[in-house]
Amino acid sequence: MLELKNICYTVNTQNGKKEILKDINLKIDGKFVAFTGPNGSGKSTLAKIIMGIVTPTSGQILFNGEDITNLTITERAKKGIAFAFQQPVKFKGITVYDLVNMACGKKLKVAEVCAYLSEVGLCAREYVNREINASLSGGELKRIEIAVTMARSASLTIFDEPEAGIDLWSFNSLISVFERIAQKTQGTLLIISHQEKILNIADRIIVIADGKVKNDGNKQEIMPNLLSFSTCNALKDKEA
Amino acid sequence: MLSDLQKNLLKEVAGLEAIPNSAVNIRIDGKTTVRNESSNVSITSKNDSDGIEIRVKANTKNERVDLPVILTKSGLTEILYNDFIIEENCDVTIVAGCGICNTGHQNSEHSGIHSFYIGKNSKVKYIEKHYGEGDGNGLNILNPTTKIEVDENGYFEMDTAQIKGVDSTNRVTTALLKDNATLIVHEKIMTHGSQVANTEFTVDLQGVNSTTHVVSRSIAKDTSKQSYVSTLNGNNKCNGRTECDAIIMNNGKVIAEPKLTANHIDASLVHEAAIGKIAGEQLIKLMSLGLTEKEAEEQIVNGFLK
Repeated sequence: MLELKNICYTVNTQNGKKEILKDINLKIDGKFVAFTGPNGSGKSTLAKIIMGIVTPTSGQILFNGEDITNLTITERAKKGIAFAFQQPVKFKGITVYDLVNMACGKKLKVAEVCAYLSEVGLCAREYVNREINASLSGGELKRIEIAVTMARSASLTIFDEPEAGIDLWSFNSLISVFERIAQKTQGTLLIISHQEKILNIADRIIVIADGKVKNDGNKQEIMPNLLSFSTCNALKDKEA
Repeated sequence: MLSDLQKNLLKEVAGLEAIPNSAVNIRIDGKTTVRNESSNVSITSKNDSDGIEIRVKANTKNERVDLPVILTKSGLTEILYNDFIIEENCDVTIVAGCGICNTGHQNSEHSGIHSFYIGKNSKVKYIEKHYGEGDGNGLNILNPTTKIEVDENGYFEMDTAQIKGVDSTNRVTTALLKDNATLIVHEKIMTHGSQVANTEFTVDLQGVNSTTHVVSRSIAKDTSKQSYVSTLNGNNKCNGRTECDAIIMNNGKVIAEPKLTANHIDASLVHEAAIGKIAGEQLIKLMSLGLTEKEAEEQIVNGFLK
């Protein structure tokens, strides 16, 4: 279980200090938890703070009862946290096969790597030896990112906007990928998303807005308010 | 009989575990130690200079020629002139390389001047690997010069790698391409310590529809220095591309200097050069998979030079 205690994150800007996260307190367990909220609300920053990519200005992070606030990314990964990037990182020379092996921490048979790729709807034989570089499309990179992250079999897996940069056609198959992952996984999935269809398969939805937890509950409680909340915000944006 | 050290160097530069049955010439400490010819490949010593002539008969397909050079004596300096004549309609692989183990205090130096003539419609893959080791103060110096002429419809692919232990290298490659001829070059260099590597390519795209693609990937660590100069001269309707992709680490320095000259209205020439340290996001991604920063760096470097 993950526990965030009084997490604050402040950055220095030209116009003085800006608070990105304001005293976030959350306990995250269960199977499928979603973060949602407007762009710039601090969701991705919070996810990066959990993985150790961003260091909070103050606050404490507990994972399975242990204080991990000062642990490195590597140490957190070894404790069982996995992270799928919103924008998958490209490499030169590193193949899909190499990356899945690194994710598993051992040398897998080609067939085993292929099994992970098939899960995300990629014809495995065509991809296993491909380099993870710009020759792959945004959608392909995204699916590979999901497959690599799942290969870690972590107890907490974070997906930062898996739908970003995916076309509509791929999006539908992405939903079924997440439905399958949700059924199969033993650990907790924490997914940042704006998509109603993804939020629909979550057990719990946490709404983050303006650096704070605005709402927290199951989808029956959150979804109706969320829709009016987005409408309000859209109108507010228009007026501004 | 080869010593264990010689066997190890042979494995490093030519991937050879044993003496092959195909055409081979192994030169150890300045002397040809093993020479086998095949019915299609002749290897003869030159009379006028130190070196050999390798001639591949017309229509030879799927043959391999190995020409490793090994230096284990400190203070040995040699210049070799090797000529390769590949007649028409061939498809062959040539593996050359130089392994130096210098445990002494004097410099070891090998300069190989290789001239290739690729006949009409012939296809050649040339693999060249340079490797140095040794714990003495003597420097390992390798200065390869490669001159290439590719005749009509010919294809020459050159894979060259210098991954470790060579203290100083000046590598010069020149090529002349005739009608429909193709030259592909993949160069990989990793320097560390205070090593220096200079490479220079000059390709004359002389013939109609001649094509070249020269790609260099390099890593400069510690205080090592590298320079990459690539000159393409488009003298006809042709396609030329040169790429330099370099990673710098610690205080490594890299200079990339592409020079394109279009002397014909239908010459199409492109250059691309990118130099920088390892991207932070690449390290973060691999660390998020459980690798330490050092392991992540190794994986990125190994992938880059694969």
